[in-house]
Amino acid sequence: MSPSVPLQEMIRAIRSARTQCEERGVIQRECAAIRAQFRQADNGGRSHNLAKLLYVHMLGYPAHFGQMECVRMIASPRYSEKRVGYLGAMMLLDEKQDASLLITNSIKNDLSHSNQYVQSLALCTLACMGSAEMCRDLAPEIDRLLRASNSYIKKKAALCAVHIVRKVHELGELFAPAARSLLTEKNHGVLHGAVVLIIELCERNPETLERFRKTVPDLVQIMKGLVLSGYSPEHDVAGISDPFLQVRILRLLRILGHNNEGASDAMNDLLAQVATNTDSTKTVGNAVLYETVLTVLDIKSESGLRVLAVNILGRFLLNNDRNIRYIAMTSLQKIVGTDHNAVQRHRGTIVDCLKDQDASVKRRALELSLALVSATNVRSMMKELLIFLSSCPQELKSHAASGIFNAAERYAPSQRWHIDTILHVLTTAGGDVRDETVPNLIQLITNASELHCYTVHKLYRALLLDISTQSLVQVACWCIGEYGDLLLRGECQETEPVQVTEDDVLDALETVLQSHMSSPATRGFALTATMKLSTRITDNVDRIRSVVSIYGSCIDVELQQRAVEYNALFKKYDHMRAAVLERMPVIEKNSPGHTNGESMGEVKENQASKKPTEPKLLPQPANQVCDLLGLLGGSEETLQPSPSTALGLLTNTPSTAGGNLLDLLGDLEPEPLTPAPLVPVYDKDGVALTLSCEKQSDTAMTVTLTASNSTDSDISSFTLQAAVPKSVKLNMNAPSGDSLPARGAAKVTQMVVLNYQNKVNLKMKIRISYSSRGSTFQDTVQIDTFPGL
Amino acid sequence: MIKSILIFNNHGKPRLIRFYQYFAEDMQQQIIRETFHLVSKRDDNVCNFLEGGSLIGGSDYKLIYRHYATLYFVFCVDSSESELGILDLIQVFVETLDKCFENVCELDLIFHMDKVHYILQEVVMGGMVLETNMNDIVAQVELQNRMEKSEGGLSAAPARAVSAVKNMNLPEMPRNINIGDINIKVPSLSPF
Repeated sequence: MSPSVPLQEMIRAIRSARTQCEERGVIQRECAAIRAQFRQADNGGRSHNLAKLLYVHMLGYPAHFGQMECVRMIASPRYSEKRVGYLGAMMLLDEKQDASLLITNSIKNDLSHSNQYVQSLALCTLACMGSAEMCRDLAPEIDRLLRASNSYIKKKAALCAVHIVRKVHELGELFAPAARSLLTEKNHGVLHGAVVLIIELCERNPETLERFRKTVPDLVQIMKGLVLSGYSPEHDVAGISDPFLQVRILRLLRILGHNNEGASDAMNDLLAQVATNTDSTKTVGNAVLYETVLTVLDIKSESGLRVLAVNILGRFLLNNDRNIRYIAMTSLQKIVGTDHNAVQRHRGTIVDCLKDQDASVKRRALELSLALVSATNVRSMMKELLIFLSSCPQELKSHAASGIFNAAERYAPSQRWHIDTILHVLTTAGGDVRDETVPNLIQLITNASELHCYTVHKLYRALLLDISTQSLVQVACWCIGEYGDLLLRGECQETEPVQVTEDDVLDALETVLQSHMSSPATRGFALTATMKLSTRITDNVDRIRSVVSIYGSCIDVELQQRAVEYNALFKKYDHMRAAVLERMPVIEKNSPGHTNGESMGEVKENQASKKPTEPKLLPQPANQVCDLLGLLGGSEETLQPSPSTALGLLTNTPSTAGGNLLDLLGDLEPEPLTPAPLVPVYDKDGVALTLSCEKQSDTAMTVTLTASNSTDSDISSFTLQAAVPKSVKLNMNAPSGDSLPARGAAKVTQMVVLNYQNKVNLKMKIRISYSSRGSTFQDTVQIDTFPGL
Repeated sequence: MIKSILIFNNHGKPRLIRFYQYFAEDMQQQIIRETFHLVSKRDDNVCNFLEGGSLIGGSDYKLIYRHYATLYFVFCVDSSESELGILDLIQVFVETLDKCFENVCELDLIFHMDKVHYILQEVVMGGMVLETNMNDIVAQVELQNRMEKSEGGLSAAPARAVSAVKNMNLPEMPRNINIGDINIKVPSLSPF
């Protein structure tokens, strides 16, 4: 067993290892020696061993076998061993390990040790890794130490109390009085600790916050002392007296003055003084000024002070030091919601910061610019943001793209501008945009009917240049498929015309189809577009036919299926082809997450109004197959005008398609999906009766009668009696109750089952009887028509 | 709250790591690697604040760092700390190290890792700023070191022997011993 090597020698040995493997070897030998030493009962070099272990731990090697040794060292009477033991506890132990419980007793003893350094070690360890139980056990000790006479111990106890409050919120009450008294201390370290403790207490508990509001004058006094006092060498940092304490007190004042007029008034003068007197040439001065500005903007300060604060922020923005500019933008971000106009004044500088080399500054500038886009400045801001997008770092690209889309949607001055912007984003950062961009853009394009020509020309040109950006290629294919005839016509007012032949267009689409850069979805788009062109072009239909039949044996099942269907369109259903591949109707803007159910609801209204015109087919661009089925169903409908077909179709559009094709062609029965409507049949003297029916079969029906009472007095003995013609059989179920409390607090329902042969004779007479306010009432009502029949 | 303090050199080797929130060992090493990766990419004239480290939890946390010669001092803090204040704190910490180690360099940090931890304990405790007055910090560290030395142990024995002899009060030796006719001249012993 090698003798224990002091820490320095081991470090030297590790450093002289030339390879990782050698280093591992040295460390393994050392660890073995350390483990052996730990097993020995007592030796002089214990602190060295633990120090070595901690070094090894820092390099990333396992050191858990040292945990028990830490516990032993902490219990040792020697200061050097305690020191290393506590350090080891803080590095290796945490509340999840069992060994941490064992040190609770040692900490307790050390907290009352005669030597202040031992006490401070215990306080430090408790503040770093004290678990909730340890905190609860030792809280009274900490409270006692907070009132001790030694300022070194007091400041450590204050921070330890902060940790305790964070772990066990209820103990905050215990420390509040001690914290209050600590504010009268002269020692800056203790004051600092006290302010941190009060901040923590106020943030946790609003009642404590109320109590500490009374300390605002004291705090103002302390601040004044710091700001106005003469040069004090021990606390001075670059000409400012204890800036750390100033910043803390300002933060506490911010919390106390938030939403409170009285406290805010008391601080107004002080804040103005600090803002004007602080020297802003050094970083420390700027730190204090920055904190002052944040406080002014967060409390109920007077307007002059707010203007001063925003001006200071503006000055920060123009500062050469990037740190200051970053800080200024962070704080402007916080107030852009409330003081929007003030921040708008600095828009120019912020936009310049977009071009800064520093990635952090760019990130802040991007956030702020997106927040500053408004209806008036949208064009210029968007220009800047698009320039930024082309050169921005990778990690910001998708955030920037989605921010631009949101802003464009909210403030687009014209549709053409909107489409241009989206196209620009897709060409520069198309790989980083979200998936719903494609359907959104398609919807936008269909809405802008006068721009179809312009859009398709632009997209065609973009497609020729580059087919790697999937979202752009998908939109381009869709547009070429839809508006290919406009493209081929060649004339367009908005852009310069370009001669495009049918072959060129088909070449472009074929390139997309065959390129291995295209994702399966993109190829699906391209194939559908090619198919649609078969009705819009005149010469090259054969070419399209051959493309489609080739893909009928494609490996990708989705493409194969489409190709087979299109082939069928060419062969068996050629007469339908023109109708199927017609222009799509304008797509309704749906909220995200729209499902089949909602679309059925909309079609229902059409059916109810009995208009057999083309139903609102809501295509789902994300699923082109359903689209096609919808179109096929639509064509079906033009042959047999029955609007209910469409309804039937849409109820049958799940994602699998093959079987459904046959289903659709055979399905003609509509399915009633309307929930049973409630029809009021009687309303007199505050008693209302409603009726709803449900057809069980061709000869049976369940009628539900619901009674409610809107008068101010209760109704009791409420009964319903029903009579029907002789051809109808009646069965009354038991009512739910016979009393109706006042003001519609509860209802009574009664179910009646009717059996009949034909619907013509179906009538019902109902007698209502009840007693209210001591007198009885009776009434009858006849029901001739039943809803839903 | 300060979540962690890391010091590593230009090649990413850790010189001091202190976490004020529990992380498993391999997580700690991963955090060090990620932080080094983010910080080493930065130019020297950009700002000292970094966002976007995903391992050290969430959008609320920033990395505030300073680069001195061969070492990066990185503090990972949340929004309750003033960013410029932490920058100054790093400065105070480095100046304190300078005072304690006489012109501190990277080797001092390597070979006296435990002492650096003790100094750090006087500045930041439990993730919160404890003391920012340099003189106070240095004085306390001195006192604690003296306490440790006075306890001694084997390593301190030779030092103790030397200081014991130094303090020994040799009784005054007479220059000339005159007893009757005998005249002895005593040579003067130089103190050692």
